[in-house]
Amino acid sequence: MSKPAPARLRCCDASACRNAGGLALRQALLAARAAAGLQPTSLAIGAVGCLRLCGRGPLVAADGPGGSRLWGGLSPEQAALLVAAAWVDADPPLALASPQASPPASPPTPVPPASAPLASSSDPLASYRLDLSHPFFSLQQPVVLEHCGLIDPDCLDQALAHGAYSQLRRCVRQLTPEAVRQEVRRSGLRGRGGAGYPTGLKWDTVALQPPGPRLVVANGDEGDPGAFMDRTVLESDPHRLLEGLAIAAWAVGAERGYVYVRAEYPLAIARLRRALDQISQRGGFGVAFTGTPWPLRLELRVGAGAYVCGEETALLQSIEGGRGTPRPRPPYPAQRGLGGAPTLINNVETLAAIPPILRQGGDWYAAIGAGNQASADKPASGATTATLGSRGTKVFSLSGAVVHTGVVEVPLGMPLRTVVETMGGGVVGGAPVKAVQTGGPSGGCIPAALLDTALDYEAMASLGSMLGSGGMVVLGPHTAMPELARYFMGFCVEESCGKCLPCRAGTVQLAALLDRFVAGQAEAADLDRLEALCAMVKATSLCGLGQSAPNPVLATLRHFRPEYLAACREEPRWA
Amino acid sequence: MSHSPPLPQASWSPPPPGDGSPKLRLATVWLAGCSGCHMAFLDLDEELFELAKRVDIVYSPLASDVKVYPEAVDVALVEGAVANSDNLALARSLRRRTGLVVSFGDCAISANVPGLRNLLGAPGAGSGGSAAAVLERGYVELADSQPGYPRAPGILPELLERVLPLHAVIPVDLWLPGCPPPAPRILALLQALLRGERPVQLGAAELQFG
Amino acid sequence: MGVITLSVNGAAVAVPSGATLLAACRSAGIALPTLCYLEGLSPVGACRLCLVELEGAGRPLAACVSEAAEGMVLRTDTPQLVNFRRMGVELFFAEGNHVCAICVANGCCELQDVAVAVGMDHSRFPYRYPQRSVDASHPLFSLDPNRCILCTRCVRACDELEGAHVWDVAERGSHCRIVAGLDQPWAEVEACTSCGQCVDACPTGALFRKDDTNVTSHPQRQRAALLQEARQRHSWRNQGPPPP
Repeated sequence: MSKPAPARLRCCDASACRNAGGLALRQALLAARAAAGLQPTSLAIGAVGCLRLCGRGPLVAADGPGGSRLWGGLSPEQAALLVAAAWVDADPPLALASPQASPPASPPTPVPPASAPLASSSDPLASYRLDLSHPFFSLQQPVVLEHCGLIDPDCLDQALAHGAYSQLRRCVRQLTPEAVRQEVRRSGLRGRGGAGYPTGLKWDTVALQPPGPRLVVANGDEGDPGAFMDRTVLESDPHRLLEGLAIAAWAVGAERGYVYVRAEYPLAIARLRRALDQISQRGGFGVAFTGTPWPLRLELRVGAGAYVCGEETALLQSIEGGRGTPRPRPPYPAQRGLGGAPTLINNVETLAAIPPILRQGGDWYAAIGAGNQASADKPASGATTATLGSRGTKVFSLSGAVVHTGVVEVPLGMPLRTVVETMGGGVVGGAPVKAVQTGGPSGGCIPAALLDTALDYEAMASLGSMLGSGGMVVLGPHTAMPELARYFMGFCVEESCGKCLPCRAGTVQLAALLDRFVAGQAEAADLDRLEALCAMVKATSLCGLGQSAPNPVLATLRHFRPEYLAACREEPRWA
Repeated sequence: MSHSPPLPQASWSPPPPGDGSPKLRLATVWLAGCSGCHMAFLDLDEELFELAKRVDIVYSPLASDVKVYPEAVDVALVEGAVANSDNLALARSLRRRTGLVVSFGDCAISANVPGLRNLLGAPGAGSGGSAAAVLERGYVELADSQPGYPRAPGILPELLERVLPLHAVIPVDLWLPGCPPPAPRILALLQALLRGERPVQLGAAELQFG
Repeated sequence: MGVITLSVNGAAVAVPSGATLLAACRSAGIALPTLCYLEGLSPVGACRLCLVELEGAGRPLAACVSEAAEGMVLRTDTPQLVNFRRMGVELFFAEGNHVCAICVANGCCELQDVAVAVGMDHSRFPYRYPQRSVDASHPLFSLDPNRCILCTRCVRACDELEGAHVWDVAERGSHCRIVAGLDQPWAEVEACTSCGQCVDACPTGALFRKDDTNVTSHPQRQRAALLQEARQRHSWRNQGPPPP
């Protein structure tokens, strides 16, 4: 019973698997290990972040000499079988890369394709085995999520062993802020929160403001229905975000910052809180990771349930303790933000991409994905977004009527069809895909006929949708598009902050109009009214929430107009 | 979209004054309103004599005993909101028989005071109703004696669940706000109609509510 | 202070640098409709009626919160803007319970005036009939939220001029409402000095004096501007003409 640690069970401990009973399964596995008389040194069982295929949780991965295997949907009663399977496979012992090894030079694949053939039918867990060579796993290219599913999110040492904070250390000790920003500019990274603004340009704007204090903010107020990319990062690898945010602070000259997370993410909040505690116990970012007295202080702020606080000016108001309402821009937060100081606000996923960009170089990142038509090192100032291209990887959360629900990170430029059909497995039951909803309540939908569209900022926008933050909801043949539009409009009605008229009152009227289409009681004039009001709300609302609230209506009208026409009565009531 | 049947077209064109040619066939209609708009119409005073030379009032609570809304009406001034089944039936029937329908006064335009009973129902347009609530309030809660709902099927028209502006039930061609619209405003509208202006362009002074 | 020249509806206008587009339009004699804006209070850009089109800009700008810049080319009267403004006013009427006939402010209401200005003869959007309750607890004033358009002038007047911050907005979206104190009856809010600045700032009949059954004299909506000016110049000219 005294073998070296040859085997390890990684139990997904992110929200989706927890909801599917992941905690109970892990407890059962620990009990089963004890019952089998095994020591933790022989069979390590630990919590890790997201293992991607959320719809099949609770997920458990086993690492052994034969490679990695993955199971989904196991109940605690099957724990003994799983321990046995992990143990048996681990025999004879084989040295596995110790977690204390130096960080790999290239991003490791967290769930590599199974090199061993699938277990024989005599395997009682065979029906729970998940094929890691399936395109859902094999086509992923983890950059942001490179350590997600490999490390225990509550364990700073594991993160450090995988290289966390080594880039921060390098930045503070070896690189000037300008050099850091240049690397980010070279990467061509664009904001992953939905707007796609060039990250390097934003950093420059903050850094080049007149002398004085600056602040940095990570926007983790991820609220789009069907979007859970940031949650995955926060729950799986909180130190990754903190490192990205700390590097951003260095690059723009900030010594204070905030991580703003929506209250609906309790697990992410708990993990971030623990991560920040771990850092302050070690003396703060400067002392702990850079060996310098750099006084960076980061604080966690929890939202209060308002979707609009994902809008940057509303988010700032919320951090300041005010009502979460947006204000007109300009001035942009980069010019005047928290307490009037220039403030850099980046999305969680954007910041989480920063450490690998610095480790591998901006050119490396820019070479990933399609849309490399523009020169990578050209300063982005003056460039319009149309020429910025779409470089690097993007995390998408795949849900809806799709077979394989979960989180995927793929190179930008990949055709939508590859994600939805090849990786996602298409619609449950083999029905055809009707459309894919992207970008949540701000986005639109891509009809099946256009599934070959590349996942990049411009191509999606040209179809009246948007790449958005990464939520991707697959719609089966029975989804009625006016109902879909009504759902999202109802979301905007509830989430409008109420400050400006078009969003507060216009969305209510749009929802009422859509009700008529859903009920099949619309009249021809209602369609004109719907389009006119959509145009008004879009053009005149104060912030992005209202400006994009009509998008799901406009996109479904554009691609599925006959469904709206069919909902109109033939005869007016008075005739 | 061409589902709507064509609206009746006014056959009438303005005659030169006093040449004995056909007059404009004018109706005034009283739905759920206080009749204040009709009183304001009477405020035209001596202008009424001029008007009488140019129009035939073919249907009106003021100047006609006709019980059934006639055919081929050129212009209808419709006062009041649509609050009960009779209002609705009359609105639909006048729309089929009238060239140009005017929402005459705030009640026809916005449901105004009669529409306040909509506040008794569940909030939000189109959801819930106020008919039972207003009867409860008026005939039960506030009854001094013998509380009970008025019921006389076939005699008393049923309340609609919600009080609606005229344009919510039929297409309306023109709106003349005011509670009531002052007589000069009514005169300006009628004179424009008699001049044959189509569409009638009302100036800002003709538009104030209240 | 520098001077900026720009073009409004084809006419050249000169304004001091730092002026808003609204000031520029008004100095060109163009009466842009406004509801949330009140001279003397900080602008919030919430009613979206003062939208103007700036050549080269992607979407219309709220003139009250946009700074004028040299060489701007503005239009205030395109068919699109005219259409948007009228829709906006219709939305205002439909979202509250605005019944002019029974309103204390009938005849001196900015919402009513704006409806005339944009040519609103009816609302294409159905009225919502929200249920809102009146607060008549204050001995001098009343709040009738049925007539409230959420312009937040009262909130800003109380906060910025009187420093009492009695008013604020509660809830969100179409549920938004003006609340006194911590959503208390007005009379129970000790911070209220009964100065009446909120009443004077209110563009509609939502805030009114109890002894007014119908507003015979206009509320003193210029009060905020007078106060602001008095504080800046350290002299008070009340409502008379400026000193020679």
